[in-house]
Amino acid sequence: MTILNVDNITMQFGGLKAVSDLKIDISEKEIVGLIGPNGAGKTTAFNMITGVYKPTLGNVYFKDVNITGIKPHEITKLGIARTFQNIRLFKELSVLDNVLIANHLRLKSGIVASVLKTPAYKKEEKHIYEKSLQLLEDVGLLDLINEKAENLPYGKQRRLEIARALATEPQLLLLDEPAAGMNPQESLELMEFIREIRDKFDIAILMIEHHMQVIMGVCEKIYVLDYGVTIAQGSPENIQNDPKVIEAYLGVE
Amino acid sequence: MKKHRVLTALAVVVIIGLLGVFNLTFDSYRLRILNLCGVYVVLGLSMNLINGFTGLFSLGHAGFMAIGAYVSSLMTMSPELKDTVFYAVPINPFVKAMSAPFPIALLMGGIAAGILGALIAAPILRLKDDYLAIATLGFSEIIRVVATNLQSITNGALGLKGIDRVTNTGWSWGIAILTIYFMKKLMDGSYGKAILAIREDEIAAEAMGISLFRHKMYSFAIGAFFAGIGGGLLAHMLGTIDPLMFRFILTFNILLIVVLGGIGSITGTVISACVVTSMMEVLRFLEGKMDFGFFEIQGIPGMRMVVFSALLMSVILWYPRGLMGTSEFNWDFILEKKYLKLFKKKKTVSEEK
Amino acid sequence: MDGQVFLQHLTNGISLGSLYALLAIGYTMVYGILRLINFAHGDIFMFGTYMAYYAITSFMMPWWLSFIIAIMLTVIFGVMVERSAYKPLRNSPRISVMISAIGASFLIENIAIVVFGGRPKTFPVPEMFAKVLRFGEVSIVSVTLYTPVITLLLLGVLLYIVNKTKTGMAMRAVSKDYEAARLMGIDVNRIISFTFAIGSGLAAVGGIMWGMKYPTLLPLMGMMPGLKCFIAAVVGGIGDIRGAVLGGFILGLSEIMIIAFFPALTGYRDAIAFVLLIVILLVKPTGLMGQNLTEKV
Repeated sequence: MTILNVDNITMQFGGLKAVSDLKIDISEKEIVGLIGPNGAGKTTAFNMITGVYKPTLGNVYFKDVNITGIKPHEITKLGIARTFQNIRLFKELSVLDNVLIANHLRLKSGIVASVLKTPAYKKEEKHIYEKSLQLLEDVGLLDLINEKAENLPYGKQRRLEIARALATEPQLLLLDEPAAGMNPQESLELMEFIREIRDKFDIAILMIEHHMQVIMGVCEKIYVLDYGVTIAQGSPENIQNDPKVIEAYLGVE
Repeated sequence: MKKHRVLTALAVVVIIGLLGVFNLTFDSYRLRILNLCGVYVVLGLSMNLINGFTGLFSLGHAGFMAIGAYVSSLMTMSPELKDTVFYAVPINPFVKAMSAPFPIALLMGGIAAGILGALIAAPILRLKDDYLAIATLGFSEIIRVVATNLQSITNGALGLKGIDRVTNTGWSWGIAILTIYFMKKLMDGSYGKAILAIREDEIAAEAMGISLFRHKMYSFAIGAFFAGIGGGLLAHMLGTIDPLMFRFILTFNILLIVVLGGIGSITGTVISACVVTSMMEVLRFLEGKMDFGFFEIQGIPGMRMVVFSALLMSVILWYPRGLMGTSEFNWDFILEKKYLKLFKKKKTVSEEK
Repeated sequence: MDGQVFLQHLTNGISLGSLYALLAIGYTMVYGILRLINFAHGDIFMFGTYMAYYAITSFMMPWWLSFIIAIMLTVIFGVMVERSAYKPLRNSPRISVMISAIGASFLIENIAIVVFGGRPKTFPVPEMFAKVLRFGEVSIVSVTLYTPVITLLLLGVLLYIVNKTKTGMAMRAVSKDYEAARLMGIDVNRIISFTFAIGSGLAAVGGIMWGMKYPTLLPLMGMMPGLKCFIAAVVGGIGDIRGAVLGGFILGLSEIMIIAFFPALTGYRDAIAFVLLIVILLVKPTGLMGQNLTEKV
């Protein structure tokens, strides 16, 4: 069943077409890759799907609902979560707080209840704590919960960002270069990790990456962008042998 | 955690006890300073919520205080008193009739300010940084100019006089303690954390499902509410208010307090409010001696403010995190003797030599 | 209202607009380069006026020399403020810089109260600017007519500098992209100082002409005009010199004309600027001549 249907979206900034007629289909629990040289429009595509930009043309459908132009926080509520290329953690806040905050959107209690600490609120708060601790254990950060997010080493920051996104209970997770800065060993672990979370949380994943090893190893379907235009799509084998893709990259690992 | 609860309860009891003792033993001058400290704790915390915790550049505080001050005062003043005070232009009959006992009047002042905060928030909160600052400043000035001109409602430039000076230690510090408690409870909870997230990274916060608008509005309205309460307390301490009191310099004074204490720290704001307020009074001697044929313009003292402006500049240039930065008071700091860490560093350096 | 009175108001409006424009230019240039609201600009304006005052009254210098000296001193003062209050915070979060600006403004104002004294002083207007000219039933003080002329002259010089000289090009480069300009070898510090110098100089001229039109000097005289002129710059489109001039004239004319047509609103005169601000921020936040900027996510 298709959960994400990106229907010919175009993003135009003044005279510049950052993305042209992008079409992506993602099924439940599918792991899909979005690759292309720098500046190809991949993050722009993410921004259009998550509501940061409103597409100049075209529509985005999530679970058959038209989400084009809806505000980012509402799209997250509907079930799409993301991480960022440059890691946007809540730096001064603790590791635990970063994940706790991502649960806020599911909170039913109002602000008054949260100040008065009503029994209903306290119950929800407890649940949030337990859920967050579990998530942090899953990503292996349980020993660092009180550490300030910005003090974490790079690799762990990326894991934290993923844990945080997972806390919003998404059905689709958008990962923007999760393997950036990782060595081959870490990349392998990441690949395993991505498969695990897909299985454990029943989510589909759309991933931007430059690490070919990770993309080819873990994605079931890949889209290739160059200057905003989709130049190829298909299975990893097809993509690897596609002359247009090779030409676009020319020398990337 | 339970250990801490007991300690905190004990501390509160001790503080209340101390306040009681001060109340009985202080002369009226010292008492006034003490009560003023309490009021500025409330004001400081209200600004700290908006500027410190949510990270919004709001410079409109004086406006909210004015609303609170005027609404509460017009309610506690008797109709006869109002007639006397509104001698130039007769008072609007509805305003004349409006009456309530102090606690209700104070609350209404806060609510009026809070509602205005919410109304202003709607169009204004999508502005960035500097623009938000200027827009809030603009609104504050508009409120002041309107207050100066609506003669039949606010008595214009003449202001209100004869306000019942009800604010004693009980009221000022009672509400201060309640405000501290409220802020702590708010920031401990999920909504408080959401607000901090907005300060840290708006885009990330939004991506995590937090409605920027709704939460900024909460923060703004609550901050405005407490500013209104503070304004009301102030009015009932001074006995007279006029639009000139609510110029930008008032916002600046509270900003000074919040910055010195550490933007984003309840503890810092509380300490800073007490220290700054006391020093403002104590430093009056600087003005007694500085006699250059000194003419007090519209009530702004000279030298004290030079010292405080210089102080603010020094802090922002060399120690911008203020006293506490974003940290809060923690029992562990004392119990686990973490304060020794402060001394440890110095020891090692001298040992190396 | 008959034609002559209308013309009188119009002339006053243009004159006031010129003064606002001179001040607004300083704000817009500084904001364009540093993204900083120079809250102290209004006080630099005040400083210029007082310097001219003291030069004429205490040092008995001929007015044209006093004016030149006042402008020079103000330029130095403006650059000093930048060096001490803003430069150290170039890499600090925006809120720190803004607080520093506010703090600097208050510090200058309070020192002025102590040093200059709080009692109002009367500016000694030179005869040439104090002549009262009569046109029918209407009378206009000569300075009102000199002001727009001088403003336009200075504006012409400024636009020449900005558009036709190397330094001007450097200024535009820094305001478009600070980092890139640095990498291209532009001495950013020098450009910033130069920008503040020009802004302060224009403020001094504005201050002197203001002092001649409204001869009562007070240490806080710069606060309201300063705020209003920043608003004028925002209305016109912050970062754009033409926008600042446009904003200044819109504000000056609005203030005079609205009060002329609705004398009952005289008490609300100061609020006009703020209402204009709110309206423009809601309708077109980048200002009348501004461009849109999107943040990269």
